[in-house]
Amino acid sequence: MANFSTNEFKGGLKFMLDGDPCSILENELVKPGKGQAFNRVKYRNLKTGRVNERTFKSNESVEGADVTDIDLEYSYTDGEFWYFMDPVTFEQHAADENAIADCKKWLKEQYVYTVTLWNGTPLLVTPPNFVNLAVTETDPGLKGDTAGTGGKPATLETGAVVRVPLFMNVGDVLRIDTRSGEYVERAKDI
Amino acid sequence: MEHNWRPSADIATLKKRAQYIAAARLFFADRNVIEVDTPILSSSAPTAPYLSSFTTDYQPLSGTTKQRYYLHTSPEFAMKRLLAAGSGSIYQIAHVFRNGEQGRLHSPEFSMLEWYRPELSLNQLMDEVNDLLQQVFGFEPVIRLSYRGIFEFFFKLNVFSCNDKAIIDCARERVSGLPADLNLDRDGWLELLMSHVIEPKLADLNMPLFIYDFPASQAQLAKVAQDNAGYDVAVRFELYINGVEIANGYNELLDSEELRCRFERDNQYRSMDNKPELPIDENLLAAMQYGLPECSGVALGIDRLIMLAINHRYINSVLSFDFERA
Repeated sequence: MANFSTNEFKGGLKFMLDGDPCSILENELVKPGKGQAFNRVKYRNLKTGRVNERTFKSNESVEGADVTDIDLEYSYTDGEFWYFMDPVTFEQHAADENAIADCKKWLKEQYVYTVTLWNGTPLLVTPPNFVNLAVTETDPGLKGDTAGTGGKPATLETGAVVRVPLFMNVGDVLRIDTRSGEYVERAKDI
Repeated sequence: MEHNWRPSADIATLKKRAQYIAAARLFFADRNVIEVDTPILSSSAPTAPYLSSFTTDYQPLSGTTKQRYYLHTSPEFAMKRLLAAGSGSIYQIAHVFRNGEQGRLHSPEFSMLEWYRPELSLNQLMDEVNDLLQQVFGFEPVIRLSYRGIFEFFFKLNVFSCNDKAIIDCARERVSGLPADLNLDRDGWLELLMSHVIEPKLADLNMPLFIYDFPASQAQLAKVAQDNAGYDVAVRFELYINGVEIANGYNELLDSEELRCRFERDNQYRSMDNKPELPIDENLLAAMQYGLPECSGVALGIDRLIMLAINHRYINSVLSFDFERA
């Protein structure tokens, strides 16, 4: 991989730090008027998901990380691995539990997910911002309550539990924002 | 980029910018400080180790020999030659150039408001900066804290008397993610604490702040004197607003021999650091030998000041065309 010097740092740049692939979230030049320059970088360790800060001297360089994002369709799981398929080439990729960690409760067959590959292996699976999922379990609906006061918990087909308005019933399909894990609206179809 | 023809500041911001600058000119006219205009090109350059000048070449129409010129990083040296020639109080709003500096708060080309006041002490100049900030830019009154005081406040450390190890330990404890092999001198570690720990904390302070009486080793072009506790200090101040460095003021060094020593020390430092040595400004030294009047002076980054006055976050958002669109 190519090397990147601090003047090429910007949000989204993937680089290697202490053996792990990382992604820059924020990069700030810190330079007092006549003082030495540093780059203060906030980054996400793509392996652990942790966000940290690091200071680089402004003449340093880092090794780029072979990290790419591709869109893959979720197929199935055998309990150990979760299998994703390229809809064009039909190539399969197996993601382990670490890679799907936060995404597990939004995984639905045939939906398309962003899979981050590091040296060809899935490192991270990110759900689309919105998914439509059916309610499989909730208390019976209350007619007439459309104001959405308070709400109640509902279990969705993927196992996720979200708060929904009182009038929702088993079988209703909901649009969910996966970033906040919150109910958005009733969806017309899956 | 197809949108690069457009200004980086919106037109409403440019109108406000023009109003602030017009009001600043009135402020100085009221105080009989006259506006001057000095060359951007110079045959010499400031030697400060971490300042990088843009260079260009003069090529006579008929000749083949080129002559190296430097774009000024501030109008300081030329303005001091005017002071030595008897100009009295002067100010300038100039575009200045610093190679390599680009970021949220840095642009390689930016505008400096710089002024010099014969007879004023550093304290009186701080009063004047305070007046400018309140009357023209609508800021709160500026509070004052000594360099020693602010380090004592945040770190319980007297940085004038403690050893290097205490400073390095403090920096390594307070700043996460420093490279293990980071090797700086004492002033480098102090600057790191200032920029990585103190400045972010000052961001929450609603009032502008003067920090004054710097370590003598950071004197730059300021006089060195003793503070009330007997420590050698550089008679200079820095102005911070919301944790952003805005201005740097000196009680000006008058001794040309002392300044020559500082320039030469800078050049030695540069060559140790594999940076080019730079031609010392002999015209400035000659002017100082002729006689620079007792004076205080300050250089203020006016883009940053306008940016903060209108609650913007990026320096580029108050420039007509930022460096990428230049």
